[in-house]
Amino acid sequence: MSAIEATTPTVRKTALNAVHREMAAKMVEFNGWEMPVEYPANGGIIAEHNAVRERAGIFDVSHMGDIRLEGQEALLAVQHITMNDAARLAIHQAQYSALLYPQGTFVDDVIVHRLAECDYLLVINAGTRGKDFQWVRDNSRHFDCFVENLSDAYTQIAIQGPQAIRVLQKLTDSELSSVKFYWLTRATVCGLHNVLVARTGYTGEDGFEIYIPSDEGTSAMVWNQLLDAGREFGVVACGLGARNTLRLEAKLPLYGHEISDTLNVWEAGLDRFCKLDKMEFIGRGALEEAKAEGVQRTLIGLEMVERGIARDGHKVFEQSGRQIGYVTSGSYAPFLKKSIALAYVPPQSAEIGKELQVEIRGQLVKARVVPTPFYKRAKKKA
Amino acid sequence: MSYPAELKYTKEHEWIKPDGDLAAIGITDYAQQALGDIVFVELPKVGSEIMAGKSFGSVESVKAVSDLYAPASGKVTEVNQELATAPEKINHDANRTWMIRVELKNPAELNTLMSVSDYERFIQEEGGH
Repeated sequence: MSAIEATTPTVRKTALNAVHREMAAKMVEFNGWEMPVEYPANGGIIAEHNAVRERAGIFDVSHMGDIRLEGQEALLAVQHITMNDAARLAIHQAQYSALLYPQGTFVDDVIVHRLAECDYLLVINAGTRGKDFQWVRDNSRHFDCFVENLSDAYTQIAIQGPQAIRVLQKLTDSELSSVKFYWLTRATVCGLHNVLVARTGYTGEDGFEIYIPSDEGTSAMVWNQLLDAGREFGVVACGLGARNTLRLEAKLPLYGHEISDTLNVWEAGLDRFCKLDKMEFIGRGALEEAKAEGVQRTLIGLEMVERGIARDGHKVFEQSGRQIGYVTSGSYAPFLKKSIALAYVPPQSAEIGKELQVEIRGQLVKARVVPTPFYKRAKKKA
Repeated sequence: MSYPAELKYTKEHEWIKPDGDLAAIGITDYAQQALGDIVFVELPKVGSEIMAGKSFGSVESVKAVSDLYAPASGKVTEVNQELATAPEKINHDANRTWMIRVELKNPAELNTLMSVSDYERFIQEEGGH
């Protein structure tokens, strides 16, 4: 084989690929993975989206990657490579965080799970799997800890929505109500022992993400049992289409859009996940300087006032006609029934209520700056 | 999916239903299914001219935006106003949900379009199913 052939990217498939095809999912390529974008038999992306807001949905998110750091100095390593304060994590607690470059921009955003005393699991994005693992390994060399890429070991399934807990509870004897949001447990699920069950997600809803062995048989068994168990609650299988509109309504960032290697933490508005007062970490110096200087651009929410849908890359203009920024994500928001977008603009244009314009296919369309997240779930009493 | 025999079809998945010098234009069942949930339709104004093979508007689903290409040239006589508030009608019944009506400039242009059997063969080749 020639070198060219060897570097031709192959599209990867998750262990549930055949199951998705059987369900007549519409498959697309996403970050090098063949993934279901929607299951037309469910009624499409809007129906899937609203099922998660009102009932529950299950998602194959096995394309996400997993990196484990284990050993005496695992905490020190995690502290060094991530921006949040992992020292605050109790065993079985998780936190949103990010891997940063020395200039304070993003390698990736991650969820850090503390599995045991000196054992951490970083869940990372599909598109950055290779880069992230390299980054984590290279930058944790000086610590006494073992770094393992477990990305291919797990099939990761997200069960999301207000009824998610009741769906999953039917398949486990662990008491899920005792697992708080952003905590995890080890449970027997569908007869599988010691399954990592985390109360996390990417939809703006309550829900769980479970990590099961990645063989096709086990993966299909659990997927189908979730669908069966969820039938009485109206659970549906959901694709990446709904996953994207759900996370957009909840203003959860997507790598390559709201965060990237050219955007820093302050610009992305992720201040509360970045702890400058903890020990030194990669990117801290640059972030301290950037904080002193103040940001040149900031992430805002837009709601279209006139008809039209702003999309990734569309330019944002002031009323005066001056271009001031660009859209990072935009869509029709199925639950809110509005056309919404996230965009970077200078802070002086970020005032709530300010009228701006988005250039959509050659036409300037009016939009208004609105508070974010666009959608926030109602807090229920425990 | 069904494709009525009285319609003529384009390779961009529009249909046109001729009625003398007038015609209605929409998109096919195949197109609506490929697009998914349609949430926005941009159409020309009454009185404007459309040109065969050129874009006359766009249709947007949750995921993507697609141009609409005119199956034939003509002057727009009517625009389906319902689609401004209920674009999902196209998903529900693509074959009967017309977008615009036009006064054909040259009805002979329709002879260059695909018949239902040509179209069915075309999408079979294109979609591989």
